[in-house]
Amino acid sequence: MDEKDGCGQDGQSTPGVNIMASMEGRGPSCLNVDKDALAGHEKPGFKLCSYVDSFSETHAGRIPIVKSGLGKEDLFSTVYVRWGIRRHDYKVVPGLYGIGHPDRASEVLVTANFKLTFDHLRRALPHISAWILVLDTKGINVWCAAGKGTFSTRELVKRIEACSLEKIVDHKRVIVPQLGATGVSAADVKKQSGFRVVYGPIRAKDIPAFLKNNRTADKPMRQVTFTLYERFVLTPVELKNALKPAFIAALVLFVVSGVGPGGFSFSGAWERGLLAVLALVTGIFSGGFVTPVLLPYIPFREFAAKGIIAGSVFAILLMVAISSAINGMAGFGALFLFSMAISSFLAMNFTGTTPFTSPSGVEKEMKRFIPVQVVALAVSSGLWIYSAF
Amino acid sequence: MKNLRYLDNVSTLVLDDEKCVGCSLCTEVCPHAVFEMAQNRALIVDLNACMECGACVTNCPSGAISVSPGVG
Ligand code: SF4
Ligand code: SF4
Repeated sequence: MDEKDGCGQDGQSTPGVNIMASMEGRGPSCLNVDKDALAGHEKPGFKLCSYVDSFSETHAGRIPIVKSGLGKEDLFSTVYVRWGIRRHDYKVVPGLYGIGHPDRASEVLVTANFKLTFDHLRRALPHISAWILVLDTKGINVWCAAGKGTFSTRELVKRIEACSLEKIVDHKRVIVPQLGATGVSAADVKKQSGFRVVYGPIRAKDIPAFLKNNRTADKPMRQVTFTLYERFVLTPVELKNALKPAFIAALVLFVVSGVGPGGFSFSGAWERGLLAVLALVTGIFSGGFVTPVLLPYIPFREFAAKGIIAGSVFAILLMVAISSAINGMAGFGALFLFSMAISSFLAMNFTGTTPFTSPSGVEKEMKRFIPVQVVALAVSSGLWIYSAF
Repeated sequence: MKNLRYLDNVSTLVLDDEKCVGCSLCTEVCPHAVFEMAQNRALIVDLNACMECGACVTNCPSGAISVSPGVG
């Protein structure tokens, strides 16, 4: 996405349409052409996005009006995004959109150009008329983008100017999601653009109540949550990110498992390697899925410690399941420690994904637990090779 | 978030109440209700809930708040 995307300088803004990409192009977000909406607006090489309902003529050009309901394509893209598949295709062209029947008095809701964020917002506004100002956050959600500096004072000011917002509405007010506050300075936006930033609620679903309430949010609307469901939907990406390192680890495990009394043996590599890979998979499941989902129910504040607890439980279950295949305490010890260390590491990794872990805390935790994990791995490898003799 | 708390005594959040002009913006932007207003001044009421996101720092008009994650 370069600067030209979104609001054109010529007043002919076409943020609702994308240049048609090659056939395997953009994925499901822009497939269906709604003939009625496009009537009279066709342009060679452009195609209508499925979420655009119609167009509205304003003093600053033609603005696409989006639907509030989600279509089939939108639901598919949700599944893809959650699994981290072709994540980069799920961008919305930055610029100004409308929803309902926005007029000169309507509020301007600022959001990110991550498709899921955008879908979430419009779905929360079924009976609301408003303008939606989409910032170019490189397809990343509001909070992450604010942290990375793409959802920023600069981008907001630039977008307000590029869209000639002052020609669209009579007031001088934009509603910025609270989680964008990390990247936006209300005072600087006011100074640079003349528009006053009002911080809206954290969750899009609270926007109707916020608007009805004269743009004030009550305390629960201002506090983040991290519910079981919210944790659950983050786990697919955690697991997927673990895939590649896990694959490499599995190769190493097969090689290490082949070392035995007669030097290297392929049958040993295969049989013992499978056991080690089972321990690896158990650790990944425990640290990348179970620990995040059951986070508040597992003792200790440190995620790495939670990972050790969950990892131990699952390692013991695994040991019971495969006990007949292992001979000797050394083998048991090796697999147990290995599985537990993997679980601890992945659980610790999840600190990067939550909305309540402070960097200072994460640093403290890492200083304390990385040595523990490394020692566990070293002892485990030693025991595993020893157990072959 | 009452059942999910991270480590205590690690946040580097500092509020200089001498500088506070009482605009209450920090109570608005903080996602963890770390601040409350009392007698027209901001007050840290839950330091251990702070995740050092910096939203309050970026928006405080008088430079009364600081966080420095990674330092110390
Ligand atoms: S840094 Fe973030 S969490 Fe901490 S007090 Fe400021 S706004 Fe709240
Ligand atoms: S944002 Fe700054 S000036 Fe405003 S109440 Fe908070 S500390 Fe005081």
